[in-house]
Amino acid sequence: MNKRKELIVSAISNGTVIDHIPAESVFQVFKMLELDKTNHQVYFGTNLQSKKYGRKGIIKISDTYYKDEVINKIALVAPTATLIEIRDYEVFSKVSVSIPKTIEGIAKCFNPNCVTNKEDVKTKFEVLTDETGNLKLACHYCEKTTTKNNMVFF
Amino acid sequence: MKNRSLVSINDYSKEEIIRILDLAEEFEKQPHQNLLNGRVIASLFFEPSTRTRLSFETAIQQLGGNVIGFASAASTSVSKGESLKDTILMVSNYSDLIVMRHPVEGSARYASEVSAVPIINAGDGANQHPTQCLLDLYSIRKTQGTLDNLDVTFVGDLKYGRTVHSNVIALSKFNTKFHLVSPPELKLPSAVKRHIKEANLSYEQYTDFLEVIPKSDIIYMTRIQRERFPDPLEYEKVKNAYILENAMLDNSRDNVKILHPLPRVNEISTDVDSNPKAYYFQQALNGVFVRQALIATIMGVK
Ligand SMILES: [Zn+2]
Repeated sequence: MNKRKELIVSAISNGTVIDHIPAESVFQVFKMLELDKTNHQVYFGTNLQSKKYGRKGIIKISDTYYKDEVINKIALVAPTATLIEIRDYEVFSKVSVSIPKTIEGIAKCFNPNCVTNKEDVKTKFEVLTDETGNLKLACHYCEKTTTKNNMVFF
Repeated sequence: MKNRSLVSINDYSKEEIIRILDLAEEFEKQPHQNLLNGRVIASLFFEPSTRTRLSFETAIQQLGGNVIGFASAASTSVSKGESLKDTILMVSNYSDLIVMRHPVEGSARYASEVSAVPIINAGDGANQHPTQCLLDLYSIRKTQGTLDNLDVTFVGDLKYGRTVHSNVIALSKFNTKFHLVSPPELKLPSAVKRHIKEANLSYEQYTDFLEVIPKSDIIYMTRIQRERFPDPLEYEKVKNAYILENAMLDNSRDNVKILHPLPRVNEISTDVDSNPKAYYFQQALNGVFVRQALIATIMGVK
């Protein structure tokens, strides 16, 4: 990554950079990682230029590192995202997010008559891919499938 | 299988399904067996279904068990806003097994996760009704002598009919050739077709009912409900296209049997009832034996 471009959004000394987020998903990622509740410094940018992806977004969170299962959640809305761990201003590691097999408590079941929408039950889905490569969520409880267009995240 | 809940027909393997059907045959020969010896089974019908409830409660009584529970939620603490979890926890203190019917989809799976005793799903909204599926499989095997390699035709509402979905998924384990007859608006959902494809089996879809009748070993009829159509005119167009009349069976195979989950409205004309190919009334009776087999298996007494 070019140092100058990197500095469009302030650099952090320690923490996590999530890059190559589709511009329209930046706020969903923000919400999924509950960044509105963190006490650490957070920088983000959106509608930045990316040769590969058109308009992209980037989020930097100071002094915070994520477990794989947390970060893989964001693959649902930002499958192109890369996760960079920064330690002492250096790139410590860099990985692409991968789509998890199952997710819990992240998305809503679209079926209004599902028990997760009627009782105090945490949602649970198997993540599937349809013929055209779009993600869909098979509800562990009502067994209905929530397609990409119907996905709502908590 | 002992102490394991049955929520969805997918919870059972082919071998486990066959085990239940074999045991149901034994109960058909000798329905009264005091295997439960006074043990208590809860029958919780959060929505009324007299047919299913009587079948389960008969099965429990014939096994020598005692039934506690309710036939509708109206008279219980549920109507005062008690959560499903609290009701299940309370009832599982008093019983060794819970049979439950509930209008909310996924409620039985959730109950099986919070309950200390196993759950049998007797229908959760539009989702699953595995004992209906088992009794259908039992009826198919009994009339055809096998479950393998049959031509099975499903007719009517294939989109919303939960019994059709469960049957297709279960029969996909038995090398079935599927014939799917429905108006275009009510085709089998792709999530269900996925099971046919995963089993490397084939299906054909039809809008015309007549042409498929001579190709069928089993004709499984379902009701097309008016409320499924956003446009009432669309319903009027198709409502009479999927009604079975006796004369339509003239070119059918000798071994064909007509099944229906009941209650029927008008989708099978009453002149079919006296045809020996009609099997829907015996089909319902088989439910008691299948439920006996299931309860005895989960309770670990068979
Ligand atoms: Zn659901």
